[in-house]
Amino acid sequence: MEKTAVKKQNPFSRLLHSQMMIPLVALVLLLGFNLLMDPTFFKITLGTNSAGNPVLSGNLISALNNGSELAILAIGMTLVTAASGGQDISVGATIAISGSAMLRILCGTESSPSTLAAPIILGFLVAVLVGMLCGLFNGILVATFKIQPMIATLILYTAGRSIAAWINNNQLPIVPGSTFTYFGGFIPGIPIPTPFLIAVLCFIIMALVMKFTNLGLYTQAVGINENAAKLNGLKPAFIKILSFVILGVCVAVAALIKCSRTSTINYSVVAQNIEMDAILAVALGGNSLGGGKFNIWASVVAAYVIQLLTTTLYKFKVSSDALPAYKAVVVILLIVFSAPVVKEKMAEIGKKVRKPAKEVG
Amino acid sequence: MSENVVLEMKNISKSFPGVRALQNVDFKLCEGEIHALMGENGAGKSTLIKVLTGVYGKDEGEIYLKGESGAVSIRSPQEAQNLGISTVYQEITLCPNLTVAENMYIGREKGWRQNWRKINADTNRILESLGIPAKATQQLSSCSIAIQQMVAIARAVDMDCKVLILDEPTSSLDEQEVEKLFGLMRDLRAKGVGIIFVTHFLDQVYEVCDKITVLRDGQLVGEYVIEDLPRVMLVSKMLGKDLDDMADIKSESEEYTGEGAGSVFYEAENLQSNAGIHPFDFYIKKGEVNGFTGLLGSGRSECVRAIFGADHVTSGKVKINGKEVKITNPLEAMKNGIAYLPEDRKGDGIIGDLSVRENLILAAQVLKGFFRPFSKAEAEKAADEYIKLLGIKTASKETPIKSLSGGNQQKVIVARWLFAHPEYLILDEPTRGIDIGTKTEIQKLVLKLASEGMSVTFISSETDEMLRTCSRLVVMRDRKVVGELTGDDLNQNKIMSTIAGGEEA
Repeated sequence: MEKTAVKKQNPFSRLLHSQMMIPLVALVLLLGFNLLMDPTFFKITLGTNSAGNPVLSGNLISALNNGSELAILAIGMTLVTAASGGQDISVGATIAISGSAMLRILCGTESSPSTLAAPIILGFLVAVLVGMLCGLFNGILVATFKIQPMIATLILYTAGRSIAAWINNNQLPIVPGSTFTYFGGFIPGIPIPTPFLIAVLCFIIMALVMKFTNLGLYTQAVGINENAAKLNGLKPAFIKILSFVILGVCVAVAALIKCSRTSTINYSVVAQNIEMDAILAVALGGNSLGGGKFNIWASVVAAYVIQLLTTTLYKFKVSSDALPAYKAVVVILLIVFSAPVVKEKMAEIGKKVRKPAKEVG
Repeated sequence: MSENVVLEMKNISKSFPGVRALQNVDFKLCEGEIHALMGENGAGKSTLIKVLTGVYGKDEGEIYLKGESGAVSIRSPQEAQNLGISTVYQEITLCPNLTVAENMYIGREKGWRQNWRKINADTNRILESLGIPAKATQQLSSCSIAIQQMVAIARAVDMDCKVLILDEPTSSLDEQEVEKLFGLMRDLRAKGVGIIFVTHFLDQVYEVCDKITVLRDGQLVGEYVIEDLPRVMLVSKMLGKDLDDMADIKSESEEYTGEGAGSVFYEAENLQSNAGIHPFDFYIKKGEVNGFTGLLGSGRSECVRAIFGADHVTSGKVKINGKEVKITNPLEAMKNGIAYLPEDRKGDGIIGDLSVRENLILAAQVLKGFFRPFSKAEAEKAADEYIKLLGIKTASKETPIKSLSGGNQQKVIVARWLFAHPEYLILDEPTRGIDIGTKTEIQKLVLKLASEGMSVTFISSETDEMLRTCSRLVVMRDRKVVGELTGDDLNQNKIMSTIAGGEEA
């Protein structure tokens, strides 16, 4: 009797104490709220878009679609946070830079060419290169010159959008052809939004990296105790720079999706404030913003929670001006409930509630 | 309650989930007395202190204080302080970026206005009366650790404390600093303060204390006057068994006679690092145990750090098995079969939030390579094996290492390096701050490893520990190697005189 009880409790209590708990609970609460208020929220329909291709649509689909960039960035931001104990606030600006570089390659010097000046893959690879260079720049400032991450990345945060505008001579080039729109929209014949597919691809690659390399162990070791990591043969500076470079790759992928959605780029507003949402995803995922232990998947789930929250608020006709205020209320609740102090108190209460039950059994 | 008793704790019990940390413990402290509280890790010393200072509530028992009628209840450290119970911890809990005077008065101000001139004058008067060589306006971080410790004590004393608790105050001090601290403690004793002294150093207990209370497994073993309790008795009371602690464990172990016995494994010529040590020569043979000795700060650690490439190596020639190699960082040292257990376990050793398993495989994993992680099964097997081999006490292999006791954390770090299968193991203060049982285990392990062919360099502040394990001692003074002792020269007197640089004592 007792043995089965212990066995049953184990996975449950493990989940209860895992980092996944808060984002998952938030997700369930949000979904439950929508189910109570308006079950049609969950309606998914298969229709055709203007190009005559089958597409899925619905609130959930749009949340998954629009949350892709944030989820991809959450991967890199989690690593940077874990390794350096700080955050990169330049990701929005670097999305503008690498997106701009991509458009420069695809459009050449013309602002609305009739044909692509280079294959899309070349444009994307250049974007990745630029993203990695931005990451390298930030990483070297943080790891070699020991500048606080927020200050180090403040440089590109401030200058990034001007650099992006400069790359294309202040023009807003429009990428010709429909192929480029596939990445931010739908691939003909596939009803699932491409950004979500790209995000899933990123998750799979990351999962493989975590499984077949020591990135996780090394990053956590460096983030928790740099001195000890060094005395075990690790190179803390290299690990930190690596995390910024990986975030740079995430930035380039996000830039591809962002540019593809509109076929162009608006330097001053593209991915605006996305760095704050990415940092929020890391925090909501229960990762310490001071570095150390991390769980990428908790950040990813948290990223979708943030997006679902936005979608829900839009659904209830909250105006886009008031949106941040509503969002802030929900976020503060989530953060307070995931604070260790509150968790401990709740565990205490939980114990007291469970105790009498045990005595009866 | 008799005349000169300042503190009496009666029948104190305290339980934590699954553990009875204290069971009916009595403790009595008199005025003008230095009273040692002894016991192994987990014996209940810190729990008793924490009950006394209001960090933990007690389940049972009463606490009586001189001048208070009836039993007092202490619910917070603030209340304890108001009742005249002050604590100075091992880690300095003052603010290093403030001045000495600010540290003395912080948290005690009444109202918003401060008369800094008066505070500084008061501080200087107190410092002078206690013979502490510091100035009121000096920034605390510019004082040595010992002085900082003393400022913490001065702060406690100035708050009219009747009971002063010193929790491992000497573990980061060198001998001269310890001497100064003892001077201060004796002064306070003369002034009638009751002092509770918690330490792992037996020598210090016998040097400064009047009485000893021994705890074991949460129970009171007894209270003794120091003259009535010889060292061996004390140790056996702490461990609860007769111990051959003072026995010569070296004679029990066998010498390594296998392949390559007697050949030099590591050899350095004119090795120097940027940590401020003079160039030194050093060698170690296969299966040999040697050690660096000298006062704290004499450059012992810096030497081994240079060997391991932990500091920036500036010059020198290094040979491994007769072949010249370059070791400029820890990874190169590890690849050459060298392992290094650092002195500062918390700062340089453990990765606190990671599990015992992750901590244990780290070094071997780094050697194996970034793209070749151990499988979960391999890692778990290794963890189980070493937890059993070294008798590491942990709830599970997934427990974060920071929640283990000091001795067990140290064992995990030892296991980490053993799992990396080095040929040369450097242990810098492996026994600091851990209980006697574990100390002896580590010493025995060192000799066992050596008998299997491993070379070991062993550093310890406790000379008798080094005498028991090492067959050759390199003596250091003022960051310079000043001598080497072997054979019959290996005795306390010879070491002392070589360290001091004077004639035979």
